[in-house]
Order: sequence, then C-alpha cells, then structure tokens
Amino acid sequence: MSKPNPNHPDRLLDRVLGPAGSQVSCEQCFEELDRYVELELVGADPELVTPGMRAHFDGCPACAEEHESLRALLLSEASPPS
Amino acid sequence: MPTVDRPSEIARGADSSEWLERLTSTGPERDAAIGELHALLVRAASFEIRRRSSGHLRADDHEDLAQQCADDALVAILGKLDDFRGASRFTTWAYKFALYEAAVKTRRLAWRAREMPIEADAWALIADARSGPQADAEIAELLTALKDAIATELTVHQREVLVALALNGVPIDVLADRLNTTRGALYKTLHDARQKLRAALAARGMALDDDRRQETT
Repeated sequence: MSKPNPNHPDRLLDRVLGPAGSQVSCEQCFEELDRYVELELVGADPELVTPGMRAHFDGCPACAEEHESLRALLLSEASPPS
Repeated sequence: MPTVDRPSEIARGADSSEWLERLTSTGPERDAAIGELHALLVRAASFEIRRRSSGHLRADDHEDLAQQCADDALVAILGKLDDFRGASRFTTWAYKFALYEAAVKTRRLAWRAREMPIEADAWALIADARSGPQADAEIAELLTALKDAIATELTVHQREVLVALALNGVPIDVLADRLNTTRGALYKTLHDARQKLRAALAARGMALDDDRRQETT
C-alpha cells in the first residue's frame, strides 16, 4: 500500500488548518497518555474518558508519535518474543 | 546510580502500589527499586530510539543515548511520584517519560546539523499544490485564500510558528529549542493561528470540508 502524499493539496490543508473541534493541550495529552493507551488496548473507547485526545493527535505530530510508541511498546510486551 | 543488567519479569509485573512503596522507602530497598526502574526506562528508550533512528546511530551511541534518556526520565519520575494517580499501571506511566525523552532527543539529533527551512519554501509548497494536477478549481481557490490569510491575518510570531511546523515540517521540539520555549507554548500558538485562519476562510465564504479531506489520500 502506498503512503499518502504529504504534499497532496488536501494533506497540506490538513496540516495548516489542523483538526476542527476542541482538543486537549500537549500538557494534558502527556498527562492522560498512559491511561488512554491502556484503555485502547483493552478495546474501550478512551475518548469517552478523555475527549479531545484524538483531535490533538491529528494536530500534533509529536504527541501522535509518542502515542504510537507507547502503544507499540505495550504491544511488544504482550507479544511473546519471536 | 544503581543499575541492573536486565529488566526482570518481576519488575514489569510488580503492581503499582508495590512500586510506589519501594520507591518512597529508604535504604537498599529504594536503591534496588530505582535500579529496576532505570533498567525498564533504558529498555523503553532503546525501543523508541530504534524506531526513530533508522539504524544510523552506532551501537555505542544508541546505548549512550538510551542511558541518557533513562537518566533524565528517572529524575522526572522521581520528582513526580506524587502525581501518579493509579489511572494506569505504574510501568505504563513511567514508560511515557522514557519515550518522551527518547523521541525529543532523537528529533534534536536528526536536526542538529540542518538549516531551518525559510518561509519562501512554504510559499513554494503552496504554489506547487495549487498548480498541481490534484488541485481542482475549488481547492486552488482555497489555497490562494489560505496563503493570503497566512500573510495578513497572523502575527509575525504566529506566522513563523505555523510555517515552520505545519508547512516546513520542523519538529515542534526542535523549534522550541531554537526559540527558547516549550512544546506546549508553541502548540498553543499554532492552535491560535489555525483558529484565525479557519475564521478568515469562513468569513470569505470558503467551505472547509474536513470530512471530504479526511477521506482523500
């Protein structure tokens, strides 16, 4: 599967305008990240507990990367070593 | 600082109250807990560095960086133990500090020798998108209005931050370093700038079809 072109006009508009709607700050995102990821991994909807996190990930690549990393790290611990 | 060679299964599996009890105790029990926690933080930092560095770090540099990240994360964690609310496992809470340190330091390393892109690079990006085959008339008009709004509606600081982060792809921590500020403060500036641009485009009757853009690749 090919990666989306980051300079596609729509992607460029997304980057400049960011997500619509309310979102948490970077500080709130860091504060809630551990609970958010654990809820995700048990199949719950963490947005019900911490609304605005997903929108923040859409607007803040750094926080989105750290979210992905924590998910990946916890998943790697849950998987048996190959 | 006391260290252990490998994070043990016991350390990962220990429950949160046990971690807190040991880390707030005194003497050898606290030293042992700190050593075990440090080893977990090294593992988490190393995991993150491996994901981000694409193998261009030498093994020694990777190990040094992971140790440094774990050291900084440990200091932060020990200073914030009172903030741990038990909303997640203690280890998950602790990991995020190591991942944060590793992500920030890896981004800074990647940009250490790079020039910051200039504003003209961003205008060229918009011009290319506007004239490219994927821009229909409506999108081209929106991009023109967006460029005007960036130039006229934002303060100098808002424009500098928005162009660097959203158009030129400078990592937020790298820009925060260069402007001597924080990620949170920069993101607030970016958010305010985006709100201004959305309002300016709406005032010109531009439809911001977020749903349609989400579906487009």
